[in-house]
Amino acid sequence: MTSSSVDRTLRAPGRFSKARRGSEPYAFILPTALLITVLMIVPIVMVIGYSFSDNVITNKHPELVWLANYAEVLGDPVFHTAVINTVVFTVGSVAAHLVLGLAFAMMLNTQLLSRFTKALFRTVYILPWLFTAAVIAVLWRLLLSPNGVVNYLLDSTGIASGQVEWLSNPDLALGSVTFINIWAGYPFFMISLLAGLQGIPHDLYEAATVDGANGIQKFFSVTIPQLRPIIISMLLLDLIWTSQQFALIWMTTGGGPINVTEMLSTYTYKLAFSRYEFALASTSAVLVLALSMVLAVFYVRHQRARD
Amino acid sequence: MSKDARARRGTFRLLGVLATAATLAATAGCAASGSSESSDGTVTLEFAQWWEPELPEGALRGMMDDFEAQNPGIKVNLLSGPYASTKEQLFAGAAAGTMSDVVGLDGAWVSDFAKQGALADLSALMADAGFDDSELASQIQVDGSTYMIPAVNFVYPLFTNDDLLSKAGISAPPTNRTEFAAAAKAVSALGDNTSGWILPLSQEAPNGIQNDVMSWTWASGGSMLKDGQPDLTNDDVKSAVEFVQGMWNDGSIAPGSFTMKEQDKVEEFSNGRVGMMIDSLAHINLLRENDPNLKFSISAIPAEDGFTGERGIPYASWGIGVSDSSAHPAEAFKLVQYLMSEKVNSELSTVANAFPGNTKSVPDFSNSDPLFQTAFDIYKAGYPANEFTGLPVAEDLMRSFDGQFQSLLNGDQSVDETLENAQKEWESQF
Repeated sequence: MTSSSVDRTLRAPGRFSKARRGSEPYAFILPTALLITVLMIVPIVMVIGYSFSDNVITNKHPELVWLANYAEVLGDPVFHTAVINTVVFTVGSVAAHLVLGLAFAMMLNTQLLSRFTKALFRTVYILPWLFTAAVIAVLWRLLLSPNGVVNYLLDSTGIASGQVEWLSNPDLALGSVTFINIWAGYPFFMISLLAGLQGIPHDLYEAATVDGANGIQKFFSVTIPQLRPIIISMLLLDLIWTSQQFALIWMTTGGGPINVTEMLSTYTYKLAFSRYEFALASTSAVLVLALSMVLAVFYVRHQRARD
Repeated sequence: MSKDARARRGTFRLLGVLATAATLAATAGCAASGSSESSDGTVTLEFAQWWEPELPEGALRGMMDDFEAQNPGIKVNLLSGPYASTKEQLFAGAAAGTMSDVVGLDGAWVSDFAKQGALADLSALMADAGFDDSELASQIQVDGSTYMIPAVNFVYPLFTNDDLLSKAGISAPPTNRTEFAAAAKAVSALGDNTSGWILPLSQEAPNGIQNDVMSWTWASGGSMLKDGQPDLTNDDVKSAVEFVQGMWNDGSIAPGSFTMKEQDKVEEFSNGRVGMMIDSLAHINLLRENDPNLKFSISAIPAEDGFTGERGIPYASWGIGVSDSSAHPAEAFKLVQYLMSEKVNSELSTVANAFPGNTKSVPDFSNSDPLFQTAFDIYKAGYPANEFTGLPVAEDLMRSFDGQFQSLLNGDQSVDETLENAQKEWESQF
């Protein structure tokens, strides 16, 4: 055996183990990377590709039409209605989620109620979060039916009379579905903010008391600043989730009456599964993705700033 | 290039290869074919449908066992699921070219599947098999070729609550529009949240346009099409739309129409809050179960005053077709032929509480509700009418008409504007 072959023999395991060490981190992320590739990157790239074709899925030989689909979707008055409705529904829901969530969280964090009472309220307040969208839709369709419990109660108490069409009246439908979504979503805020409230050092309130601050001043000068990081994160996440709400809208109003509750999600669904215009549906989905990405960028930047 | 960089590049290359392989494996996994042939030559057909869960347990499997006994060398694998799942499965299969050999079809899907080339031309398969199609009650055609055969039909007659009508001073179900409007007004006048008629117009499931609105046109022998193209502005459609609008203005329609679905309609009727509804015969048993004391009758949908012609009665079908991608179309058509044969079709319509797709078949109603026999008499006296069957994007046509119709009832536009707008929307889809 020559000296050079001995060298190679001795060096080889060292090189192999070095390469192995170098590839170890990649091996760890490999399963996740594969899953993300197959389940996210491939579908997203395919949908973006579809949005530049004349029609896909139902057409064996789709042709490239570049931005024609974007021009068609962006020029559709129903799309404009869907954008406005989505903004109203999302902003209304998120604002109410925050106010209600914060109010209930503060109530559950108060020293004025006994532990039993707080446990009882906590159970009651969290209930809406335990139901799936389908159950919530069925429940509220029954409650808000013209012959439902809500109208019965309003009639009995003299607040309103007759068979109010909460979901079928074009003037009331958007408000009604927003209300249902508020009811379904506030517990998430409540629980997160309650955790935040419980983490605020008591010293801060004591110091504020020594400085002569009243309850309102303590709320705006201690509570809100301390909860600010949580509030911003929750707001951004809720904006993303609520803007994509589909199941609740579809199962309560289907985007109607007329198109007063048409959202970007229902508009996209109808293009895909009612008109079988999968390329236009992909275009609409890409536009929704772009809007969501704006919010996602803000969320990531905020998270980075926190870190 | 450093050793580290080379190792990193090698790792990236490996990752790329693995990702590509995984993607290919995932997509290849979707490309399994329908039928299969074993080494002894036995062909196993896939039959995807939503019928089995809706039939008495074992009924469809029993028919398949009988078919297999009559056709040695052919086995049938039933792929059963709810209607919505079957629809999604078929659309995915049509896109991927993996549709089951024999498929249960809704008439609303046929045009899209046929244009996509996903369904086999049954006219050619019938000719190849020497099948006599004169016994078929109807065939759903696209561009002159048959793509679906209705195996059984579920008709939509008028249901009337006997007690409510009697309380309102109406002794018999209405037979024309004037009688119907008067009866609906009288029942609504009873108060206590009672309404004369119920009209579901939900955008989620817009089949109310087919069953509860257009049915008025068909019941008077009218049509919404001319030479296969939309003709919504004709006098027949206009008259029906004006009639429904009149009922709305009279306050004879139950509140909540704009988001009401078919199940809400059945529920309101079975709760005794509605005097009349147009509904599927398939719901008779459900109504009996919900309230055994509910007294109701069924009759033909009222026609225009003085109309003496044959009445169209809306229907929905369990249709059957063969996949264009089937490797065994001849064997697949044998199954279609078997299900459409006189004896088997009688048996299928009996267990489904429906009416046969074979004109010679007669369902056995001896163990059924007597109202089925009444409905069968109505069915035989008229003709099955559902012009949405076979139209392109049929559900979307209903939905766009629904939007325009809701605008009309909401007072946003006139009848003429409604029909002209709907006509324009429909024309863009044809």
